[in-house]
Amino acid sequence: MAASAHAEKQSFLRTYIFSTDHKTIAKQYMLTGLVMALIGGLLAYVMRMQLAAPHQPVPGYGPVYPGPYNAMTTMHGTIMIFWVAMPVLLGGFGNFLIPLMVGTRDMAFPRLNLLSYWTFFLSTVVLLSSFFVPGGSSPVGWTAYPPLSANPAYSGAGWGVTLWIVAVALEFVAFLMGGINFIVTGINLRAVGMKLMDLPLMIWMEVTASVIFLFSVGPLVAGAVMLLLDRVAGTGFYRPEAGGDPLLFQHLFWFFGHPEVYVILLPGLGIVAEILPVFSRKPIFGYKAIVYSTLGTGILSFVVWAHHQFVSGIDPRLAMPFSITTILISVPVAITVFAFIATLWRGSIEFATPMLFSLGMLAVFLIGGVTGIINGSAPADIYVHDTYFVVAHFHYALIPPVLFSLFAGIYFWYPKMFGRVLNEGLGKIHFWFTFVFVNVTFLPQFRLGLLGHQRRIADPTTLYSLGDVKDMHWISTVGAVGLLIGQLPFIVNFFMSLVVGKRAERNPWRANTLEWSVDSPPPHGNFDPLPVVYRGAYEYSRPERGEDWWAQDAAPERVTAR
Amino acid sequence: MLKWLPVAASSYARDVDGIMILISVIVGIWLVIAEACLIYFAFRFRRRAGERAAYLPGNTGRTMAWVLVPVTLVLACDFVIEGASGPVWDKIKIHLPKSDSSVRIVGRQWAWEFDYPGPDGTIGTADDVVSVNELHVPANAVIEFELRSTDTLHSFWVPALRLKQDAVPGRKFKGWFQATRIGTYDILCAQLCGVAHTTMKGTLHVDSPEEYQRWLRSAKQG
Repeated sequence: MAASAHAEKQSFLRTYIFSTDHKTIAKQYMLTGLVMALIGGLLAYVMRMQLAAPHQPVPGYGPVYPGPYNAMTTMHGTIMIFWVAMPVLLGGFGNFLIPLMVGTRDMAFPRLNLLSYWTFFLSTVVLLSSFFVPGGSSPVGWTAYPPLSANPAYSGAGWGVTLWIVAVALEFVAFLMGGINFIVTGINLRAVGMKLMDLPLMIWMEVTASVIFLFSVGPLVAGAVMLLLDRVAGTGFYRPEAGGDPLLFQHLFWFFGHPEVYVILLPGLGIVAEILPVFSRKPIFGYKAIVYSTLGTGILSFVVWAHHQFVSGIDPRLAMPFSITTILISVPVAITVFAFIATLWRGSIEFATPMLFSLGMLAVFLIGGVTGIINGSAPADIYVHDTYFVVAHFHYALIPPVLFSLFAGIYFWYPKMFGRVLNEGLGKIHFWFTFVFVNVTFLPQFRLGLLGHQRRIADPTTLYSLGDVKDMHWISTVGAVGLLIGQLPFIVNFFMSLVVGKRAERNPWRANTLEWSVDSPPPHGNFDPLPVVYRGAYEYSRPERGEDWWAQDAAPERVTAR
Repeated sequence: MLKWLPVAASSYARDVDGIMILISVIVGIWLVIAEACLIYFAFRFRRRAGERAAYLPGNTGRTMAWVLVPVTLVLACDFVIEGASGPVWDKIKIHLPKSDSSVRIVGRQWAWEFDYPGPDGTIGTADDVVSVNELHVPANAVIEFELRSTDTLHSFWVPALRLKQDAVPGRKFKGWFQATRIGTYDILCAQLCGVAHTTMKGTLHVDSPEEYQRWLRSAKQG
């Protein structure tokens, strides 16, 4: 194992490119994810400009035609979920934090980890190459519903869809390998003395997310292979004229697709769970309740998938049972969110940038959560299904983990990753830009949806008869452009601080978890000697202690006194 | 005053609106309370020199009541919402009332086709009346429809009727509506169906009975 080789000098290639060090792999995942986020954001910019000013050339792009527009919605969704949320929240933070937080030298299977990243990298190349093939990239939606996706004659796209399927399948393979590492490392390689209920919540969330992914992805991989065969080998799994059934794919897709939401959300909540106690100087409220709610959310997430299909043509008698399971998910999620809010009560709250992004995450996520209840009610869904209301809802549900938690986590762990501290002033500007413009972008979309405006519309002028569609699109576009511009302080901060940022001490935030007990950045092999854990992760402000924090690996005083 | 929803032009539109309003009120109250707590706590307990945070791990049943009691109320609200949703879903999608007339709706790339039974009363015979992107129905008549697609998925979406149903090739779905307001309304496609998805748009004409008969005669001649 690489763990034993940590003192050896390694070549440049082994250190920075084909490294088995979980910290390097984490940075590779994170950097790839951030670059993809920029691409996904630019796609959103082109779409938003077209929606605000239809038929006018978009500055920096040109005129937007319906075919490429459909390809942009498809690629925006695909990229943001599979090539941003997963690589950053799981590949990046999961890889970086799991070995450090459980107090071990590396992942359980470092070579598998290396293979995971490079498979992911390959999938990225395949996905991006689809922009340049004849017919362009896939225009069939990120859900890739057949027959549109199964029959090139319907979509007009050949290679684009096929490459999309291959890229997504490769991405799943990469995260399967990563997920196995997450589970084994998080559960089995815990430091001496670290009980399951001493694990930081981030570990619980990453491990649960990996388990959910592991159990849900199989059916979709099978579904994707059948779709590929329909396209390239003339089979008829989904083509009705050949005896197939388009609805089969929808079940397979959403059996994975809905748990996937929690694969993304849980690590996002995990990041917030680590940051709230540090900047409130309080234990997380109801640790065990949050752990059990996380597991409950994971289990429930497997029995809600058909809420994406209330009006898809499934037996209508199936709708209400799925509606009930869907709305019941509000219970474990509410426990977690209420516990987070309760953590603030009688705290000593410091509005540092990671804390601002964490509070922003909760504030925005609450809107995404409650609007989900409207989608989750079968009769209300008749109206809002496939409208901009859904678009607004899932951006409010996913932007909190994918943008707010991501940034909270980067501002919080950047010192540990790179040995420097990010600039606070730029960080706060970044936060307020992001927070304000996320709402300017997506609040109007609730209204668009209620007017009846469907998703995936390349030319909104056909819908001006519905009401003030034009104005809402304008406001939303102003928000989106503001949101993109608001990321500039972050990009500047990220690269500038690598060079001129204040040097980070081991534990700049006075936090308890194990990653803060080693150098910033940690050396290859992380710990020397391996830590021993004496307590849970959130022992802040214990009344009998002088200091308001108590590191997990600090030996009890009676032992050191003797 | 902003109008949030289009005119309600079907017999079950008010039921759908009622559910949406009920849920909006319930979750709206929760949202305001939760956001207020979040903002108030963050502001009230901001760091002050010399003040130390309280040690409240929330590891006893007594302290966890602060979370579990509100969550129980959330659960109660869930039951209220589902209790109200069930009958509405039942009415719209499960029980087909006795119909006054019928129409076959066929989605294809990229138009809606409507097929009315001719004098023989059956759809699919030579005397049918067929129209494209123009659906005429008499006001207050219960219309039973059969929804099909010839190529990809489509979704028959009439905001004013509060009616949405996907059309799936290889399957036929039965459904119904009763338009109660004379006027013209947008028919849209709510399922991505290819390059011209955006242009797949028709018009629903809810006519008075006399007007409907006039249209039917002229359509037959055409």
